[in-house]
Amino acid sequence: MSPSAAEAIFPEHHYLNAGTTARSWLLTTDHKRIGLMYMIAVLVSLLLGGIFALLLRFEHLTPGPTYIDAITYNRLFTLHGVIMVWFFLIPSIPSIFGNFFIPIMVGAKDVAFPRLNLASFYIYMFGAAFTLWGMIHGGADTGWTFYTPYSTTTTTVVIPILLGIFILGFSTILTGINFIVTIHTMRGPGLTWMRLPLFVWAIYGTSIIQVLATPVLGLTLLLIAVEHAFGFGLFDPARGGDPILFQHLFWFYSHPAVYIMILPAMGVISETVSAAARKNIFGYRAVAYSSLGIAFVGFFTWGHHMFVAGQSVFDAGAFGVLSMFVGIFTSIKVFTWVGTLYRGAIRFTTPFAYICGFLYFLVFGGMTGIAVATVSLDVHWHDTYFVVAHFHFIMVGAALMGFLAALHYWFPKMFGRLYHEGWGLVAATLIILGFNATFIPQFLLGNMGMPRRYYNYPERFQTLHVASTAGSTLLFFGFVIIFIYLALALKYGRVAGRNPWGSRGFEWDTPSPPPTHNFEQLPVFTHGPHEYQEVPEVSRVA
Amino acid sequence: MNEFLRRLLFLPEQASTFATKVDSLHYFVIITTMLVSTAVGLTALLFFVRFRRRSETQTTPLLNPPWWLETLFVVVPLSFFLAWFARGYRDYVEMRNPPKNSMDIYVQAKQWMWKFSYPGGPNGIGVLRVPANRPVRLLMTSRDVIHSFYVPAFRVKQDVLPGRYSETWFEAVEVGRYQLLCAEYCGTNHSNMRAEVIVLHPEEFDNWLADQRRGRALQQDGAPTADEEPIVQADLLRQGEALVVRFGCLKCHSIDGSPHIGPTWLDLYLRREPLEGGQTIIADEGYLTESMMDPRAKIVRGFNPVMPTFKGRLAGPEVAAIVEFIKSLRSQPVEQARSRRPVYEPIRR
Amino acid sequence: MLPESHVAEHFANIQVQRQAARLGMWTFLATEILLFGGLFAAYAEYRSLFHEAFLLGARHLDAIMAAVETVVLITGSFAVVMALYYAKSSRAGMARLCLLAAAATGFVFLALHGVEYFHHFKEGALPGKYYSFAELRVTGISLFFALYFLMTGLHSLHVLVGAGVLVWLARRALSGEFSGQHYHPVELGGLYWHLVDLIWIFLFPLLYLV
Repeated sequence: MSPSAAEAIFPEHHYLNAGTTARSWLLTTDHKRIGLMYMIAVLVSLLLGGIFALLLRFEHLTPGPTYIDAITYNRLFTLHGVIMVWFFLIPSIPSIFGNFFIPIMVGAKDVAFPRLNLASFYIYMFGAAFTLWGMIHGGADTGWTFYTPYSTTTTTVVIPILLGIFILGFSTILTGINFIVTIHTMRGPGLTWMRLPLFVWAIYGTSIIQVLATPVLGLTLLLIAVEHAFGFGLFDPARGGDPILFQHLFWFYSHPAVYIMILPAMGVISETVSAAARKNIFGYRAVAYSSLGIAFVGFFTWGHHMFVAGQSVFDAGAFGVLSMFVGIFTSIKVFTWVGTLYRGAIRFTTPFAYICGFLYFLVFGGMTGIAVATVSLDVHWHDTYFVVAHFHFIMVGAALMGFLAALHYWFPKMFGRLYHEGWGLVAATLIILGFNATFIPQFLLGNMGMPRRYYNYPERFQTLHVASTAGSTLLFFGFVIIFIYLALALKYGRVAGRNPWGSRGFEWDTPSPPPTHNFEQLPVFTHGPHEYQEVPEVSRVA
Repeated sequence: MNEFLRRLLFLPEQASTFATKVDSLHYFVIITTMLVSTAVGLTALLFFVRFRRRSETQTTPLLNPPWWLETLFVVVPLSFFLAWFARGYRDYVEMRNPPKNSMDIYVQAKQWMWKFSYPGGPNGIGVLRVPANRPVRLLMTSRDVIHSFYVPAFRVKQDVLPGRYSETWFEAVEVGRYQLLCAEYCGTNHSNMRAEVIVLHPEEFDNWLADQRRGRALQQDGAPTADEEPIVQADLLRQGEALVVRFGCLKCHSIDGSPHIGPTWLDLYLRREPLEGGQTIIADEGYLTESMMDPRAKIVRGFNPVMPTFKGRLAGPEVAAIVEFIKSLRSQPVEQARSRRPVYEPIRR
Repeated sequence: MLPESHVAEHFANIQVQRQAARLGMWTFLATEILLFGGLFAAYAEYRSLFHEAFLLGARHLDAIMAAVETVVLITGSFAVVMALYYAKSSRAGMARLCLLAAAATGFVFLALHGVEYFHHFKEGALPGKYYSFAELRVTGISLFFALYFLMTGLHSLHVLVGAGVLVWLARRALSGEFSGQHYHPVELGGLYWHLVDLIWIFLFPLLYLV
């Protein structure tokens, strides 16, 4: 490999301009185009969910009613949760970056089932349409967790939203199947499991969880819908039903679901930290296996959401101790990422800023997760803002930072152009600061005893609420800035060339943007993706 | 030290015996969390400064952790996590096992209020009075959806379910007033479903309770809602007795064991009754209530289906009073004191 | 027809395509098992809580009809196995016949089930708040029927889908597509049918035989 930098060239033919009709996009089977279509849908979901969040936070500026009524507030937090969990976080990294990069990273021309991939996208949109329809008609006020018997007896519009998520579940399952099969069967010559990029390992673990857990969610939502519409009595104590059964079924899916949300982000961090430090991953096998470990152990911890729900003391102990074990896999990864920086050659770029944010939020958020898994402490914290802060630290602080890192790291590959690095750092700073300002007060609110899903609240909580709302506006501005400079970069950014970062990841061996069939010639794999003992070839930015 | 940390972390006052234990573990966990995240952050920062890229042609060595370092970074966190679990679980088991000498109070949660009754009276809405330094056990059920009984100052929380009883207990250590909040989303007015726990000196509490039972100071704590009939008499048992006379139950049911048109009520509660059709049921609260509302549903073998329904004629609290009255009819001497076990679940010791 | 012409563009060769299809179908079957898993969990809980109701409810169901349904489904599975054999031997006509026969067993199964449902509707043994069957009045009986309808209903939906898959495969068989080198669509479609059968093998004793 030549030590000199290569000329940054924008290829003449690539996946974006191969066919410019609407039909060529809407009926595409190109995984890259499908990834982009997901990107638009997912970003719209992020915007909608984010606006709902801001509306909620503004309502909390005063202890009593501020500008909306209780039912509207209850609907808003339900929809915020539904959209952010199912329409943004779960699809975000896998459906956009997984779709775009898994085939390239394994040396394939596409995923195993390209038409199924397109179907997954349309199923997502169909589910979104149902949910949107439900939202327009007022929307449910049950919380995204749909606890019975409230969800089966409320008069708000629950069923379209349940059906929308049920349909979306199929999209998730089919995408998961596609990735599993692609990774197992379509690896290029020389690409052994132990040479796979860690992003691929992460998506593999995620796909296993998606495939196994989502059907249970589908069934559970169907049961609520049936109960709501027909009164079958499965969860109705008056007919002998058990509301706790619902909670078990729901959390059996929803706990692994949180690993669906964080594991891909961890994969992104593995890729970006290695590239930013130009260094091999400090313990590749440990990270690879820990992705599988999280997938496996994560299925056995769901009862830690139910410590005060009425399950037995034995259950509480079992779930509590298993939850401690699942935390170990994350700590292995954190150890690895920090160790990767040791004796590396680090450049502080926007993706690296997000890595730093990610590391801090993951450790802090993750350890507060261990804290709430400590059974006696959870009695005080359950259903308070402490839990809200904990999961936002992981879902926004860590997962969303991972998403933004992916976006900024792979933007040059996907669009062939670079964004303005200065603004990238400004936005990252705003987001990290804004995030802290929004959610650290919420830990304290939880300690004070402020329950979740409270429209009105006792006056003593007001100061912290105002602080949190201020932080959320800062966070919002950070996102606005990102949107602006990325949109501008699409058209006016400097040409990136094949490998602006000088990364040894496999996706950087192909032009930016890649051709429709991903490669000029199918790659043969002779080394792992994170090895920097030779000087990487950087495309010199013109 | 405890006080300093409590204020630093915005924790409420430590008004129960649980609070200090929970808080001390809390401090341990949170301080470790903050130290570790700071350490990780600083290390990353240090590495960034020390190992920043000096030239574009720089290469890096291939480094992997030695097995003992990897093991260390697994074993050390795991030990902390398991230690926290062990201590937390031990405290939790204590929180789930009320002491034998606990005083029982019944709690009924409904959208969107809290009702409290003491066995033997009185009842109240929105205010719970308890003695300090005596363990109190709460037997809780919901009339509609899932609620959750949460007193931050006591560090106590337990979900309240429809169709069954859940229990929790605490021992208050400080006289004062503490807020009770519903902590499981239950609909439109979830955030207004609050109440107050008043902890009194033990003697004050005893006096208050005696006053209540004597029938003085009959005002309800908190007004009843429009569709609730106020419970006129403080004593459920006596009210039940009055009701069975007024509604003519004693025309068909005896209370001394003698056979009559309907099954006798003496020792009826929890009796195994054989039904027409071959099944056997246990005459629990559910059955007694059902018999008043839908008497044809389960006919005891050997009796005729002649009982009229009282649906619409008896209000909910009145039904409960009658059930309490039936429960009190035992051939053994009636126990007027606190109940020794909850209705549905025995205490596991 | 050469098997190579069946290879989709993005696959390196026919072996990869077959391997991918096989893994894809097995993974999908795993999801189906988990889908029913939730209902089995509900069944387990309520059976232990309402033992008597489940006993009486099961006795009230038509076990003979269900036994016939079982035989019907197993016959269908056998037909599917035969279809695969014929497909491998390039005997398109026989393959198609077997596939259609298997699909027919699916429809027979659904019809028999329909008869069962009709009886329950008439006597009022319906789920939840619709339960009005005066002869059986035990606590939890409406839950038994709720689970009965949910589990058999979901299963019947899958039988319908499975029959549809078999009909579609039969059409493809007619065009002579399948041979000793290219038979995996029949193999995998057949797998789906076998899973549907397998789920019934679990449902039948749990609901009817107790």
